Amino acid sequence: MDIFERLMKLDRRWVFLFLIIVCVVTYAFDFPVPILVEPEVKAIFDFVDSLPPGEIVMVPIDYDPGSLAELHPMTYAIVEQCWRKNLKVLFTALSQNAPGMADQAIRDISDSLKVEKEYNGVAYPPREIVNGEDFVFLGYKPYPSIIILSMGQNFRLPFPTDYYGTPLDSLPMMKGVQNYDDVACVIDISGTNSTDYWISYGQGRYGFPLAIGVTGVSTAQYYPFYGSGQIFGIMGGMLGAAQYEDLADNPGLAKDGMRVQLYAHMMIIAFIILGNIGYFVSGRRAKVEGVK
Amino acid sequence: MDFTTFLWTTFAAFLTLATFSFLYKDNPFYKIAEHIVTGVAAGYFAILLWHNGLIPKLVFDRLEDGNWYVLWLDSSKPWYLIPAFLGLLMWTRFSMKWQWVSRWPMAMYIGISAGIAVPLEMSNRVNKQLYDTMATIDWANFLGQGSFNLFDVQSGLSQLIVFAGVIAGLVYFFFSKEHKGIFGGVATFGIWILMIGFGASFGFTVMARISLFINRMQFLKVWGLEAFNAAETPNPGHSAFYQIFFWLLVLLVAGYATLEIVRYAKSSVSQTRK
Repeated sequence: MDIFERLMKLDRRWVFLFLIIVCVVTYAFDFPVPILVEPEVKAIFDFVDSLPPGEIVMVPIDYDPGSLAELHPMTYAIVEQCWRKNLKVLFTALSQNAPGMADQAIRDISDSLKVEKEYNGVAYPPREIVNGEDFVFLGYKPYPSIIILSMGQNFRLPFPTDYYGTPLDSLPMMKGVQNYDDVACVIDISGTNSTDYWISYGQGRYGFPLAIGVTGVSTAQYYPFYGSGQIFGIMGGMLGAAQYEDLADNPGLAKDGMRVQLYAHMMIIAFIILGNIGYFVSGRRAKVEGVK
Repeated sequence: MDFTTFLWTTFAAFLTLATFSFLYKDNPFYKIAEHIVTGVAAGYFAILLWHNGLIPKLVFDRLEDGNWYVLWLDSSKPWYLIPAFLGLLMWTRFSMKWQWVSRWPMAMYIGISAGIAVPLEMSNRVNKQLYDTMATIDWANFLGQGSFNLFDVQSGLSQLIVFAGVIAGLVYFFFSKEHKGIFGGVATFGIWILMIGFGASFGFTVMARISLFINRMQFLKVWGLEAFNAAETPNPGHSAFYQIFFWLLVLLVAGYATLEIVRYAKSSVSQTRK
């Protein structure tokens, strides 16, 4: 058995082992990798950055712990940017296990706001984030399509109270806030097909500015909506999150993982090339031996 | 991190390693992790649905006296009875004799969903995409904003590629004419365009999978630091417990690995004898 036949019969667990070694070694050594920011990510950052203080940004958290790796960094970067700029954030959760994700993100980001930080050369003083004033978390309701449509009429229809049981009318931030007309934009961070609903039933029906942050698996399928202008920005997977962190000058878990991504991808490409060489060479040999 | 939190985090670390053990082969640790995740997710969702869906819509807690009241008997919302009744009809699925009744709420739900979905989906996922495909080629911005940029999706070149790709892709799926000559060439271009699309999706999928592994490494790193830098935690007195739990975990995994190696060695010896 020569090297090419061995390649074709290689136990896939060797691939897993090599990949684990590459990931662990590159993660163990901290070194920076350049991050190229794409226009579709910059569009979201610029939009949020241009909003005057007091505006409301709606951030639906539509992902489960399974998508946390890619989408949590997006949420952290965007929400922290909003709160540093004194914008208000309206959270919803239209995925079953998303309330836990939203709750965790709110607590963590609130804590990070308690210390003074400098982003892109601007120093932001510490501040206390207050529920009902700086943010409102509407909570979870099933059937995202119906919920998105009814929020277009009035947030109080599907959510008479917030996630913590407080009536919306008694929250200062919700005074005079009826529906999507009163929010600057919607940035849907989603690991489910709720993005489709936000595009069709939300933006398509009510015409508000919509941007999305999605998992790597579903990024490619949403680019047509960016091309057609139905969404004004798109963040794809951990790469999109790292680009946003880079723009916000707020390095987090996504940027921390990009060096691993780089070398893991290089190793996978090498394996693909090797596998193809093995396939074509052994195929040619089989042909030649067949002729003999 | 207090001791209770650390206990749960340690359990999460164990579940992480147990899940990854499947990469070697299916084993009891993986089975335990799989069943726990499925059970916890189902339980969590059931409770969430109960408290976020059913209770606020059908029942409410009158805080003044702490008693529970059925909404439609106590308030001005008697029409809530209709969805409640339809919801109850769903339970007839469990009776062979009466299960046909459950088709009524299903029909109602599917009818409403279709009525909402068809015009909006048609408008936003078909018509708007068609308009974009048929957009006038932007010759003034043919190569991208400022300088040549192949990845500018709004450049004239991108619009031209999208237009040609859509036509060629549709030609590939036209099977009423043999793929020969110019028609065959266009179909071949179509399959190349499709392959580029699938390749982009696959590349993103690989990135997503690596991302999941990176996140688990980040989690294990934090957990490891917590275990070994116990003196820096708010409860340095628990340092010994942290160490014990960590080494118990290592012992458990090492024990299983040893068992596997012994089993493998035994099977190799028996195969050699044959």
